[in-house]
Amino acid sequence: MIGNFIGVLFDGIAYGSLLFIISIGLSVTMGLMNFVNLAHGAFAMVGGYACVLAMSRLGVPFLATLPLAFIVSAAVGAVLERTLYRRLYRATHLDQVLFSIGLVFISIAATTYAFGSQQQPVQLPSFLRGQVHVLGLDLGTYRLFLIAVVVVVTLALTWLIEFTRFGAQIRASVDNQQAAAGLGVNVERVFSLTFALGSGLAGLGGGLGIDVLGLEPTFPLKYMVYFLLVVAVGGAGTITGPLVAALILGVFDVAGKYYVPQVGSFIIYVLMVVMLILFPRGLMGRRV
Amino acid sequence: MSGLTTQRWSPYEMAFWLLPVAAFFIFPKYLTLGSQILITGMFALSLDLILGYARILSLGQAAFFGVGAYTAGLLAKYGWTEPLSGLLVAAVVAALLGLVTSFLVVRGQDLTRLMVTMGIGLMLYEAANQATSITGGVDGLSGIEMGKIFGVFGFGMDGRTAYIYALCVLFVVFCILRVVVRSPFGLSLRGIREGERRMPAIGASVPRKLIAVYTMGACVAGIAGALLAQTTQFVGIDTLGFPRSAELMIMLVLGGTGYLYGALIGAAVFMITQDYLSNLNPVYWQFWLGLLLVLIVMFARGGILGGLLALRRRASRPA
Repeated sequence: MIGNFIGVLFDGIAYGSLLFIISIGLSVTMGLMNFVNLAHGAFAMVGGYACVLAMSRLGVPFLATLPLAFIVSAAVGAVLERTLYRRLYRATHLDQVLFSIGLVFISIAATTYAFGSQQQPVQLPSFLRGQVHVLGLDLGTYRLFLIAVVVVVTLALTWLIEFTRFGAQIRASVDNQQAAAGLGVNVERVFSLTFALGSGLAGLGGGLGIDVLGLEPTFPLKYMVYFLLVVAVGGAGTITGPLVAALILGVFDVAGKYYVPQVGSFIIYVLMVVMLILFPRGLMGRRV
Repeated sequence: MSGLTTQRWSPYEMAFWLLPVAAFFIFPKYLTLGSQILITGMFALSLDLILGYARILSLGQAAFFGVGAYTAGLLAKYGWTEPLSGLLVAAVVAALLGLVTSFLVVRGQDLTRLMVTMGIGLMLYEAANQATSITGGVDGLSGIEMGKIFGVFGFGMDGRTAYIYALCVLFVVFCILRVVVRSPFGLSLRGIREGERRMPAIGASVPRKLIAVYTMGACVAGIAGALLAQTTQFVGIDTLGFPRSAELMIMLVLGGTGYLYGALIGAAVFMITQDYLSNLNPVYWQFWLGLLLVLIVMFARGGILGGLLALRRRASRPA
């Protein structure tokens, strides 16, 4: 029973880590640019498809496709930011919502047209399959790998934001755009780079998540709520907020589906509404 | 701004309402599509009320539509087949749900509201999906037998009764909403839309007005859902689905927010285009829909009606 519980907890944490890595970019763009971007999942999907195609068509090994997923998604994100997103930073939230829903629809239709509507398979390398024994528990190797990757990425991200010049520019722009611009920070460039970085991380998460979340054209719509939830509950513009929110969400979702499967996703939605009522600005939110 | 609060009907409005009447005689083969448009138009009105007038971002309006539909459907299925009272009960149930949830919605800002409305919608969808013994789950609620309106007009296969019924209900609801948005209450909603923080300064209670308008929107959405259940004698689980809420927002923005007529025009254009294009290929339809949204946001913020009004202003201005 206890082992069972720890197993569920472990799966939940792995699931939550995945949600975190996909959503963190969204948190930054919402905190930095105050942009309600419902199309964030589309960047994760781009990464996932980059992974699958590189593996099946070019024979690239799985681990090598992950950086590729990052690069492709970051490039797509940078192009869209330059051409479309940028024009809507000052638009109303309604316009942003409509625009990004439009992007979601376009991405679903375009993906269906190009690759069909079926689930895309992923062949994990043998050393990531199976289970390992740790302290008498059977833990899935791939889930351990997921958690490890997310820990590394989170540390790298924290270092980037807390200890580098670029990170200082991001923090300054989040706190006060005008003052940052007045001090010589090229806010526009910070926006572009951050957006690309966030999209890239989503793409990396999309590639990592094929085995857990699946990959098909409706991916951006299917998980949209989850990504938004991580940011809305965690609070935009921070790293720790979304991390905590993603872990809570992951554990509750997995536990709920394991212990009370007849209720399905209901638990998550109740949790979400309750959390939003208790913390209208997010767990760690700092902006109104 | 002199016409802001006048209750008089302009010739354009009267001409507009002749269109659905004319359509009844000109397109007798498309009456089923016609009633769908009328019902969807009423649903879009409910969103216009809360989004166009009070600027509450909602992606969960289908919750009330679905609740109205299931209420009317279940009533009829278990013996209460009189349509008008069924409509009324569905309206009350949806309004109650709106009232209860409005307290959650009013608290937050745009993103929180978006998430809470979406969350409530998803919750109801899951509930209906799981409670298969009541709602029929994914198979939908069938076996609905409707009685005759006033005991005289039965719902036949040709869809004539359904069309006239939907049109009459829509017109009555529209007239009520038209009075509401031109009343002092409607003006204060616009005040909230334009400057939420300043409204308390002139003595208006913002949360109370938002709760009132949200409940009203829920009620109208419930009536629309009930109409769909009664005229099609079937309730599918998609009445509660997220795509319905998202498409609703698209229709409204396509037509133009904050005029009431924009909702009706948007619904009609959307439904007719969808009927035409999705017969060709559903995937393409989704693509064009997405592209349309992006283009509206980039180049045509006012929607169809906003564009027409701008044209008229330009034409009437002395050269």
